[in-house]
Amino acid sequence: MSFLNLTLSLIFVLIPLILSKTLNLGLEKDTIIAVVRSIIQLLTVGYILHFVFTSNDYLYIILMIGLIIGAATANARKKGTSIPGITGKLIFTFLFVELLTQGILLGFGITPPTAQYMIPISGMMVGNSMVLAILFLNRFASEVHAYEEEIELILSLGGTPKQAIHRQLITAIKASTIPTIESQKTMGLVQLPGMMSGQIIAGADPIQAVQFQLLVLFLLLTTAVITSVLLGFLSYPTLFNQRMQRVKEGNPTD
Amino acid sequence: MKPAIRFEQVNYSVDGLHVLRNITGFFPKGKITTLVGPSGAGKTTLFRLCNGLKSPDSGDIFINEKHIKEYDPVTLRRKVGLALQNATMIDGTVFDNLSLPLKLQGKQLEEAEAKRLLNLVGLEEQFLSHGAKDLSGGQRQKVSIARTLVNRPEILLLDEITSALDRISQQDIEELIMNINKKFGTTIIWITHNLDQAVKVADYTWVMIAGEVVETGDISVLTAPKNERVKLFVKGEEN
Ligand SMILES: Nc1ncnc2c1ncn2[C@@H]1O[C@H](COP(=O)(O)OP(=O)(O)O)[C@@H](O)[C@H]1O
Ligand SMILES: [Mg+2]
Repeated sequence: MSFLNLTLSLIFVLIPLILSKTLNLGLEKDTIIAVVRSIIQLLTVGYILHFVFTSNDYLYIILMIGLIIGAATANARKKGTSIPGITGKLIFTFLFVELLTQGILLGFGITPPTAQYMIPISGMMVGNSMVLAILFLNRFASEVHAYEEEIELILSLGGTPKQAIHRQLITAIKASTIPTIESQKTMGLVQLPGMMSGQIIAGADPIQAVQFQLLVLFLLLTTAVITSVLLGFLSYPTLFNQRMQRVKEGNPTD
Repeated sequence: MKPAIRFEQVNYSVDGLHVLRNITGFFPKGKITTLVGPSGAGKTTLFRLCNGLKSPDSGDIFINEKHIKEYDPVTLRRKVGLALQNATMIDGTVFDNLSLPLKLQGKQLEEAEAKRLLNLVGLEEQFLSHGAKDLSGGQRQKVSIARTLVNRPEILLLDEITSALDRISQQDIEELIMNINKKFGTTIIWITHNLDQAVKVADYTWVMIAGEVVETGDISVLTAPKNERVKLFVKGEEN
């Protein structure tokens, strides 16, 4: 695809803009911001990847992965302001997900240790982990908020913090992982996964593309569950203190 | 009179609001103490401190003359049972709620025991399988009392537990609490807005106003008040 083609593809930006204008949807500003940002961000990433792939230096690979984790953390931490030390917990979770998935992939020789594989897969894994972290943190915060009285009741009867928050923790873990599991049930029926489509368009053998996509789906399943569980079990203790008392933000007791 | 709970210069604030000011005094062991005072006086907060849900900013609390900080929180909370006015129910049936205190210890509640508890608080056995959150306010208060009794606490903190009950049920609960006090020697601290109830059940009384203890003593504190602020409060409640 040439730059001329890419320029022509802006027609697909004009359509929503014209619709928004004529129907008074008020989406023009956000659409333009989204378009400009995606152009700049993706082109930058493209050029950086081009550079990293050709150099194939592990230092750059590690740097790229660090960047991915940093960006994911910056994004997700906004949803976890009610949890003390959320930044460190997110970094730990993303790092764990990254090391586990790459460890298995490289360890069993499923994918080769090259930038071409490591960076896109890391992006997908950490990206998915970030979405899960946001889903989990949102749900966990609202569950805890809705069930403050029940949590206090269980503590008052001699329950431990873990017992007091068990229900909210499980609900949030379940609720955040269900979309990943559900979307995989209809995979291939309703939609072809973006990566597989991309590979096929780029000329790969569909069977190979499917095999690779399946690998990615299984990895996403793992990262989804691990993210929510890990973040959940790292987060809930910070809502209580040593005296097994519920600590609210800005109001720590004891 | 030996103290079951004793306070020394206890202070507690929430978001810069001084909720409890220099609380000093005690709740006598084996007796029924009523705790009265206008809304916002800090009565419920004082209960949360006694059950260990919160710790004071300064000052000391002793349970059976042992500092509250020396108790492991779980032991403390089973020893000092708390039934709050809102009678919070967990999701599930009445039986789930009654068995909660034992479940937290990895034990089971026998169905016969659950039925006995319901009888005790004046609820029919059929309620056992009802959704706890669907009960009326008064029914929930009864379940809440029964649930607190499951831990067989040495000290029982009751926060307006009859506020949603009709007169007959109120009297039944008063009888029940007085019986528990007599039979097991359980120390009772009872927050109530109902001064007739306070006078009826109390061996000892505390009056709290705006975060302070203004008066403590036998029931004459309420029936023949000498303190001006208590006089005003009692007069206000009668109207
Ligand atoms: N968690 C809390 N957040 C904000 N304010 C609180 C909290 N707990 C208690 N308070 C305040 O403390 C004061 C005493 O409350 P409370 O102990 O419930 O009084 P009482 O039970 O005597 O009516 C009130 O002014 C109340 O608004
Ligand atoms: Mg109160």
